[in-house]
Amino acid sequence: MNKLGTISAVALIASASAVFAEEVRVYNWSDYIDESLLEKFEQETGIELIYDVFDSNEVLETKLLAGGSGYDVVVPSATFLQRQIQAGAFQKLDISQLPNHGNLWSDIQARTEPYDPGGEYSVNYMWGTTGIGFNIGKVTEILGEDAPLDSWDLVFDPANMEKLAECGVYFLDAPTEMIPAALNYIGEDPDSHDPEVIAKAEAVFEAVRPYIRKFHSSEYINALANGDICVAVGWSGDVFLAQFRASEAENGHEIDYAIPNEGAQMWFDQLAIPADAPNPEGAHKFINFILNAENAAAATNYVWYASGNEAAQEFIDDEILEYPAVYPSEDTLNKLYITTPYPPRVQRTVTRLWTTIKSGT
Amino acid sequence: MNFSRKALIGIPYVWLLVLFLVPFLIVFKISLSDYAISIPPYTPTLDTTNGWWAGIRELWAGWDFENFVFLTQDDLYWKAYLSSLKIAVIATLLTLLVGFPIAYGMASAPPEWRTSLLMLVILPFWTSFLIRVYAWIGILSNEGFLNQFLMWTGITSEPLVILNTDWAVYIGIVYTYLPFMVLPIYSSLEKLDESLIEAALDLGCTRIGAFWSVTIHLAKPGVIAGSFLVFIPTLGEFVIPSLLGGSKTLMIGKVLWEEFFSNRDWPVAAAVAVILLMILIVPIVLFQQNQQKQREAAK
Repeated sequence: MNKLGTISAVALIASASAVFAEEVRVYNWSDYIDESLLEKFEQETGIELIYDVFDSNEVLETKLLAGGSGYDVVVPSATFLQRQIQAGAFQKLDISQLPNHGNLWSDIQARTEPYDPGGEYSVNYMWGTTGIGFNIGKVTEILGEDAPLDSWDLVFDPANMEKLAECGVYFLDAPTEMIPAALNYIGEDPDSHDPEVIAKAEAVFEAVRPYIRKFHSSEYINALANGDICVAVGWSGDVFLAQFRASEAENGHEIDYAIPNEGAQMWFDQLAIPADAPNPEGAHKFINFILNAENAAAATNYVWYASGNEAAQEFIDDEILEYPAVYPSEDTLNKLYITTPYPPRVQRTVTRLWTTIKSGT
Repeated sequence: MNFSRKALIGIPYVWLLVLFLVPFLIVFKISLSDYAISIPPYTPTLDTTNGWWAGIRELWAGWDFENFVFLTQDDLYWKAYLSSLKIAVIATLLTLLVGFPIAYGMASAPPEWRTSLLMLVILPFWTSFLIRVYAWIGILSNEGFLNQFLMWTGITSEPLVILNTDWAVYIGIVYTYLPFMVLPIYSSLEKLDESLIEAALDLGCTRIGAFWSVTIHLAKPGVIAGSFLVFIPTLGEFVIPSLLGGSKTLMIGKVLWEEFFSNRDWPVAAAVAVILLMILIVPIVLFQQNQQKQREAAK
């Protein structure tokens, strides 16, 4: 490049940054927003938005606890949020800077109360369930038309799993979701923090372990979509993503998701502001932007997770609002359970138990 | 010795001090701490509110070897170290088995080809390591290219389950680390004087005998260097087993990840890392000695 070119390039960069007087850095889950909203935010507020993504709570937590993450808004799940609040990772929200706060859904606020009492540190972004995704054609071909698609029997009954093994079953590699599911299946309290009760989950997994192909928390999306596997314990919206990818590819695989009738875990992803956020004012502007009913609806219409925003329901597609796997009926909702974080010693027991289950060691 | 010469010699030492010793001491320090729900997630940290001296004394009092004792109490850690060693040894041998003929072929090729062949070995490095490992998922999966090809040719009727087994891990490691094996062997074979083999043959050696006592013997430094370059990073490998391996693939890199991210227990994670480093020091020292011997032999 000649000198003139260099100078004009520098001038261009300088002018580009001059358009935005301030910036907001957001750290959210991957595939978790309608990206056109990002541009809309910049246009409405004149704030430059730097949007990064992560794919596990653990990665986010490690950044937060190391300090100086540089992010203004982060989106941890509620169980993780609770411990992070304890560690002093967040600042309290200033409700006066959030005129759209009233749009929040009080039912969901009530359910997140145990994690963040009074909603002082966070607001709900979206919520969902941990259930079962399956390939309808393959599963009914193997187990017959009366396959228990809406029951944990599908993945915890060795008789079913033995037959499903050849077409492939993935489990989430998330002990804090899988162990409560197994406890719930055998009629124990899924949120038990008693190591003796938790140990009972081992037998449930032991019985089906030989038939599980892999424990992984994101590969099942593509594996389900391209027919590599036929059943996965997974997160609602992820399975819908697999469903969408399969129909895009027109490969003949029909994927669906069910909340098992024995109950399933309900989880919440919360918008929060780190204690050391460089631009807390901009962070409030971003949260307020997301709390806007139409914006929240746009996000849900895109990712197919239920929104924690009640006012948004007016703008959410009927197809989604009436889909019981996304917006469960009152009946199902009553069967959903929540879990709270384990104390450090119990967490170690849980992780160790999970290693034993996975590797046999 | 003048100042500039001293400074020049000092650079590698400063490099080692800043990029190896200081980080190691930080990790070692964390391994002596205890878990806490705070930022950062361990205690004690240096608190100088009562002055530096009191802070340092408090820090010293809070340190102990509890985490190292803990590692000996649970058989998981020993099994993981041993299993990593086993995988690293097998993978190194497999890489040698594949890499040696390639290096030999390259060294025997006409000189005008060699640069292009060398380029071909290095070329994969131009693409991200992560993407190349991901590509293997597409090749090895049940509905992947390999199985589709095998079933199309009729060699197998059922898809071979390779992905998520130890075999997939070996394939991934051999593929990824192959250049580290090929390049040192190639560089020792390239220097090999053809007339030595002719001499061996003239003196009554068989072809195989000459290959063994001349080629293999002279390639030994390259084989040793290549083997260490593969073995050392493989021992702590995390990405390949977590992407290609199954849940049964037990490796210390994965255990370390779990301590750090799932248990959020930085002190135990740091203790695991310190022991891994101590296990690695043995082959690294052997490697250094080998290099030293070679350099002396070259003089």
